[in-house]
Amino acid sequence: MWLIYGAAVIVAGVLAARFAPAKIGASLSARRDVRRRGDEVERYDPGRERRAEQRARALLRSCVNPDEWAMYSELGFIRVWGQAATPASDALPRRESDPPYAYLIYPHKPIVAYVPQTSRLLSEYCVEFGDLERPYGSDRLPPSDDVLAKWLALTADEHRLITTANMHLAGRQIDPARVRRDLARLGIWDREQLGRAQRVGSVSEL
Amino acid sequence: MKAGHGEVLVAEGDVEVPEQEQELIAAFRAQLDQGMWAAVPLRDRQGRREAELVRSFEEIPRDAERVIFFPRASGGS
Repeated sequence: MWLIYGAAVIVAGVLAARFAPAKIGASLSARRDVRRRGDEVERYDPGRERRAEQRARALLRSCVNPDEWAMYSELGFIRVWGQAATPASDALPRRESDPPYAYLIYPHKPIVAYVPQTSRLLSEYCVEFGDLERPYGSDRLPPSDDVLAKWLALTADEHRLITTANMHLAGRQIDPARVRRDLARLGIWDREQLGRAQRVGSVSEL
Repeated sequence: MKAGHGEVLVAEGDVEVPEQEQELIAAFRAQLDQGMWAAVPLRDRQGRREAELVRSFEEIPRDAERVIFFPRASGGS
């Protein structure tokens, strides 16, 4: 059984209004303003984006690795190792076998490339997954869908995504101090995960 | 994935049933015609999850459980 997820084929309801000729009376224009505001109220569903994000989180969780999901839940970003040299079998860092570079995926922010051994920031890759149906919907994916799109593209075809993106020096959009703090948090998180894994291993050996 | 909405189920079927396979192929092509990218979640030899981008229906592994379409990437500012 296959499930195919994606954009809806049919866009239901086009709410675009065409406004009138150049000369219109003040009262008419005022009424239109009211109606326009009314349309916006009708179209604005405060729960829609929240529900979309909940669905996006569930989809993300079903696609990424458990440790990546935990990382995203707890830290707000996902690390993806550079494909040039992927560590043997798990996501936990082992200094000797660390690949030469890795990426941090943030929702709706550039992908940050860095050197795991030194935490040196390399560059930012600005990439967007735009709304093909603009202007009838929001022009942005839910945050977790944005993360998943980057994760899918990076793990499937890193070269294609990176060559598509606009590359900038680190620090152009994301404060380098923030990224360094995130890398420090990630280091602590990694050690905790490693400690947990070792504890589970030693218990199972008993 | 759809901007502002999250995931939307586009089609569902069994590739072993010819009629359903044709429906899946039509849905697949329609998505690609709209400019979407298609990815199949997979596992590597170590069991780690990853993805594979596919450009044609034939590239999708027969045992794949799902295909995820998402807007094509473009360079951002």
